[in-house]
Amino acid sequence: MSHILWITNGRVIDPANGRDAVGDVFAVDGKLVGSLTDQQQADATKVDAQGLVVAPGLVDIHVHFRYPGQTHKEDISSGTRAAAAGGFTSVVCMPNTSPVCDNAGTIQRIIDKVSRDAVINVYPTGCLTLGMKGESLAPTGQLKAAGVVAMTDDGACVQSNEIMRRAVEYAKMFDLPIMDHCQDESLTEGAVMNEGEWSLRLGLRGWPKAAEDIIVARNVILSEITGAHIHMQHVSSAASVDILRRAKDRGVPVSGEASPHHIEFTDAKLANYDTGFKMNPPLRSDVDREALIEGLCDGTLDCIATDHAPHTATEKDCEFDYAPFGIIGLENSLASTLGTLYHSKRLTLSEVIALMTHKGAEICKLDAGTLSTGATADICIFDPDEAWTVDAEQFFSKSRNCPWHGATVKGKVKATYVAGKQVFDGSTITA
Amino acid sequence: MSQSLSWNRKDLIDVEFLSREEIETIFTAATAFKKAMEADDNKQPYLDGRTVVNLFLEPSTRTRLAFEVAASRLSADTITVTGAASSLTKGETLRDTAQNMAALKADMIIMRHSASGAPHYLSEVVDIPVINAGDGSHAHPTQALLDAFTLLEKFGSLNGKEITILGDILFSRVARSNIICLQKLGAKVTVAGPSTLVPKGFEAMGATVCHDLKKALENADAVMLLRIQHERQTSTHFPSIGEYTSMFGLNKARAKWLKPGAIIMHPGPINRGVEIDSELADSEQSVILQQVTNGIVVRMAVLHLCYCHHKGIPIELPT
Repeated sequence: MSHILWITNGRVIDPANGRDAVGDVFAVDGKLVGSLTDQQQADATKVDAQGLVVAPGLVDIHVHFRYPGQTHKEDISSGTRAAAAGGFTSVVCMPNTSPVCDNAGTIQRIIDKVSRDAVINVYPTGCLTLGMKGESLAPTGQLKAAGVVAMTDDGACVQSNEIMRRAVEYAKMFDLPIMDHCQDESLTEGAVMNEGEWSLRLGLRGWPKAAEDIIVARNVILSEITGAHIHMQHVSSAASVDILRRAKDRGVPVSGEASPHHIEFTDAKLANYDTGFKMNPPLRSDVDREALIEGLCDGTLDCIATDHAPHTATEKDCEFDYAPFGIIGLENSLASTLGTLYHSKRLTLSEVIALMTHKGAEICKLDAGTLSTGATADICIFDPDEAWTVDAEQFFSKSRNCPWHGATVKGKVKATYVAGKQVFDGSTITA
Repeated sequence: MSQSLSWNRKDLIDVEFLSREEIETIFTAATAFKKAMEADDNKQPYLDGRTVVNLFLEPSTRTRLAFEVAASRLSADTITVTGAASSLTKGETLRDTAQNMAALKADMIIMRHSASGAPHYLSEVVDIPVINAGDGSHAHPTQALLDAFTLLEKFGSLNGKEITILGDILFSRVARSNIICLQKLGAKVTVAGPSTLVPKGFEAMGATVCHDLKKALENADAVMLLRIQHERQTSTHFPSIGEYTSMFGLNKARAKWLKPGAIIMHPGPINRGVEIDSELADSEQSVILQQVTNGIVVRMAVLHLCYCHHKGIPIELPT
């Protein structure tokens, strides 16, 4: 017998299709359909979503699930459960695993693991260069055949302009986007936080915004001469937003993402040397924070991505200089982003959902992020106004390095569906 | 003598958190210790039977010795652990190292560390008092306190006094703590040196930033010289030591730009012939060795006050 899902009475928000109205969502055997027959209605699992928002399952094109090689921090099982609890149904995993994803075998290993352990859709990425060393190209064609959706050396920006130029030229042939972590390493040696008044006060080595801006500008130039799509990961600086805005005005095929933490927090959070706020790129100034929000509002920045980067409590429990970069955010990303963009009245609910669904999906050409008829029935049901307190101890993630721990946020995921099947019911994983 | 001093801290992490009254309390205690020292009353009983650990994870001579002398003059038993001799080289975390010291019944930890913020972290990890003996480029509170104490001995008050700090400000914990401490006591602070080592950002801390040596010296009541810290510079922030000396080194000719009666200070170690001419370092204007001696009594005061608060015992001073 078919599996039939009927979500009724919810406020259905599907930004890709311009839909925002109370209504029904139907799925038959994992695909969205426009209506149900009488017989199907009788057979359907009916879900009453009155007072709730019914949206496409959320999409995050920037997560670290640490498989293979660093599964003490996270793995496919825990990472996808954390994502499901956050309303996400599709995520794109970064390739800085151990070994790194610079060969088809490692991608196959991840895909096998995903088929066994994942409760949501997981898309791998391939390294841009062998060993993420920035010296020679990774086998892009073979990686694409193995299933990667983008190429990136996330965390280790390609420093050589020649290698980057060839990498983007080559990847374009395979219609794969390049995602770049924009950081000129010659400007950030030993740097642990934003360079500014706070780094001077705290005596911590500063990471100047110029190190990001220079690479964003380089990437715009390379994108323009090659026609290749280059996506700027976790943009953190006002000048980078400006560079992207001008490039997009000229029609250069670049895109950019912003992270929930960069649009909410500033480097003042480091006043007590809290390693829970140490990430790369670092938290910036209020001017940058505001510019990122402006960039999201006017479309310069395309989507929200968490950069979910798990590290164990032991790894983070040390002197600030020695702590690893990275924070986790999948389980509170929707609520935190709603707080910064929707409850603050900067964007409508539909606009925020767009940033967290189809816009990111389009960058990596994923079959995700819409409630279009015929699309896979990946759905997130949430209450945008329900307040809750973030308790990292209760996370499905293996790690606890969440800077929102203890914060009260508004926006609670009530259920997550992947291909028409419930995987999260608001409190437990049901897959 | 019955002085009723009030002190409510078990740790000394940074001068930033101290009020002017608290700084003056430290100086009251330091003055009492100094009087006793000058009267050849060299052993005070206040830390008798207590164990003070000097955890020096970054090389230091002057500060470490001064803390050892201060603790032993307070009758404490002192143990000094240096970076190479600690289990941190065997992969032990700072948390575990510190908790072991507490379990070995240390009564206080004095820490020098190359990572900024490490003493702040340590103070959250252990219950016993933590005294910062310098953390990275962040803070060196006892150095700033002894510098201010030395200046007060000379000038009586720092209200309106102009102090120039010259040299590598960017990487200097001494500079940061002095910028904060001297302003709390009413002084005006100018930071001077090459633009790459004295960024404009220091204006946000209230200091005047100056790249013209003559201007920086002309109105100064005291000039505090700093060493160029090769070990903290990841890349070359200026062309060469020779160029630094030619542009910013303090020599006899340039010392004439100073007002009569202006004094020359240096936290050490001195690089003679680099930031200061040998002759000047040994001249009448120099108070470099007074700073070192004052480092004992100021640190005695800090150890004594923090320990008394930690134990909830009244603060007694030598009479």
